[in-house]
Amino acid sequence: MSNNRIDRVFSRLKATGRTGLLPYITGGYPNLDATVALLRSLSSCGASVIEVGFPFSDSIADGPVIQDSFHRALSNGLKVEHLFEAVATARRDVDVALVAMVSCSIIDRIGLKEFVDRSATAGFDGLIVPDVPLEEAQRFVEETERVHLKNIMLVASSTPPDRSAGIAAMSSGFLYQIAVAGTTGERASIANNLPGHIAQLRSHCNLPICVGFGIGNPEQVAEVAQFADGVIVGSAIVRRITQAVDKGSPMEKWIESVTGYVTQMVAAT
Amino acid sequence: MSGRDHTVAGRLSGPGNRSWPDSSGRFGAFGGQFIPETLTAAVQQLADAYRAACDDPAFWNELDVYLADYAGRPSPLYYATRLTDRLGGARIFLKREDLNHTGAHKINNTLGQALLTTRMGKPRVIAETGAGQHGVATATAAACFGLDCVVYMGAEDIRRQALNVFRMELLGAKVVSVESGQKTLKDAINETLRDWMSSSDTTHYLIGSVMGPHPFPMIVRDFQSVIGRETRAQMRAQHSCLPDVVIACVGGGSNAAGVFSPFEDDADVRLIGVEAAGEGVGKGLHAATILAGAPGVLHGMHTYVLQDADGQTSPVHSVSAGLDYPGVGPEHSHWHETGRVEYVATDDKQALEAFSMLCETEGIIPALESAHAIAHAIELAPTLPKQANIVVNLSGRGDKDVVEVARLLGRDVSA
Repeated sequence: MSNNRIDRVFSRLKATGRTGLLPYITGGYPNLDATVALLRSLSSCGASVIEVGFPFSDSIADGPVIQDSFHRALSNGLKVEHLFEAVATARRDVDVALVAMVSCSIIDRIGLKEFVDRSATAGFDGLIVPDVPLEEAQRFVEETERVHLKNIMLVASSTPPDRSAGIAAMSSGFLYQIAVAGTTGERASIANNLPGHIAQLRSHCNLPICVGFGIGNPEQVAEVAQFADGVIVGSAIVRRITQAVDKGSPMEKWIESVTGYVTQMVAAT
Repeated sequence: MSGRDHTVAGRLSGPGNRSWPDSSGRFGAFGGQFIPETLTAAVQQLADAYRAACDDPAFWNELDVYLADYAGRPSPLYYATRLTDRLGGARIFLKREDLNHTGAHKINNTLGQALLTTRMGKPRVIAETGAGQHGVATATAAACFGLDCVVYMGAEDIRRQALNVFRMELLGAKVVSVESGQKTLKDAINETLRDWMSSSDTTHYLIGSVMGPHPFPMIVRDFQSVIGRETRAQMRAQHSCLPDVVIACVGGGSNAAGVFSPFEDDADVRLIGVEAAGEGVGKGLHAATILAGAPGVLHGMHTYVLQDADGQTSPVHSVSAGLDYPGVGPEHSHWHETGRVEYVATDDKQALEAFSMLCETEGIIPALESAHAIAHAIELAPTLPKQANIVVNLSGRGDKDVVEVARLLGRDVSA
């Protein structure tokens, strides 16, 4: 069996017939101490994989909630180096699978080789680079493999079947199905055609399929869990953090409340 | 077609005949499609539609009619004798893009893309704008073709350019204030891309420069290459030669790509792109992306960018809002690496001096963007022999800038 935590968690889920819950948090938001505390807290509430977003000044794929968290973290002087240090600190006593979600702009500036080395050293298990298309993916596959990180790629509902087969072939760990045509952020309902897309995807993809974008409450998690191997929730969590921070809520208190919300969603899977 | 009858060069518009980009949308090492998968189908559809248009003479015939009868092309090539005499060197010619409808080269691209939009059967266009020039040109083309139009503009730019906001609204466009990031052009581009992620079934992103993911840099260059084709034919017809030097300002780089690309294979023609040095490279904020930046990824393309060590976009400044962009079209990055185009920079002060000199010597108020190119011609002309010919692409007129220039010169022009 693979040593990678992502493989292990999806094997366990499959063996028990469960669907995973994958919370997303913005790294360094509202500060680095909160990131360490959140990773510790979320890892003990049943989250299967935690996605850590690297704040970027010009993220195209993100809606207003995550953009705002990026902007605030960067305004506080957050650097990539600090975020790696915070993750490494949390990793000492956290065994949950961790995935870095990061723009190609950041990786290209730092250098792909150096970035994956630092990711592996910090304790990440995989990498999601949402703005790297299939045509550019080969070097990401090679570099992540070198340090035993998973290269997790995204497919959209508009992706034609032959292309999604190509993306699946370049992916490892799991495949990320984008649930909506649009940016990240909570939506009122789940697209009707989503189960059909996933069924089609399974005909040429043996990886676990996780669904994200637009899913924000336990009811939606339960709905998506019927046909997905994992459900990714991001903006709904980040929005709760922002609301708590803006109200001046103490960190311990809002981390407890956010963790409680994630626990509800874990229960809904 | 009436459009063809008016031209000095035969057809006005036309697809590019260049070898770049390659099939993966690369200009050498630059370009590509660094976009979320959600947008991949939309850019593929656009590439397919543009390829079909390239093979269809009827598309270009129709565009020619609009360029001639609506935009007023061809634009004249004017021998600026008093400016030439003042400088005492090479002869300076001005390619008068300022005389186009809406007062700049932007209309060449917006008419082309609006026509392409109707071909794709999409009823709506969206666009980004900085100071509002591309927004106005898009709103104009949208009105001309009966398309719905939404223009994204940074909140900071809306405050500074209230008149252009009203102009777009008069033309039937909806202007959306962008409150994210630095609230300027780059943030408006982000927001337009985000709109397109959920709207591409019905909406074309009418991008304003030779930037973004493939095929946008190619499409915009081709629609702007009418400038260079006309310039070539006009120099030949009027002076039986090609220019020795062609100068254009470079922000995103569309007017420069348009005037340069038809001269790319003419090895004897020097091509010079002028970036905005703002407060001075090494002294303060600027927008000299090629001269002071490094290759990276921004807005879907691999190109020269101004970023910090973590890949975060740096703040930029130029007196000219149209040059105030932290990236540059990928073909310019390629031309820089191959050495085909020389890139230099002009600061705010030099641009303002050039602005005044052109007003006084020729009776032409240039856009502050174009004043950067004029400034470099002012510097270069005295160093060249009198029989040498310099063409400056006068990409736009400066009426939009007079209030800002008055402010900078300490004059009160408020009513």
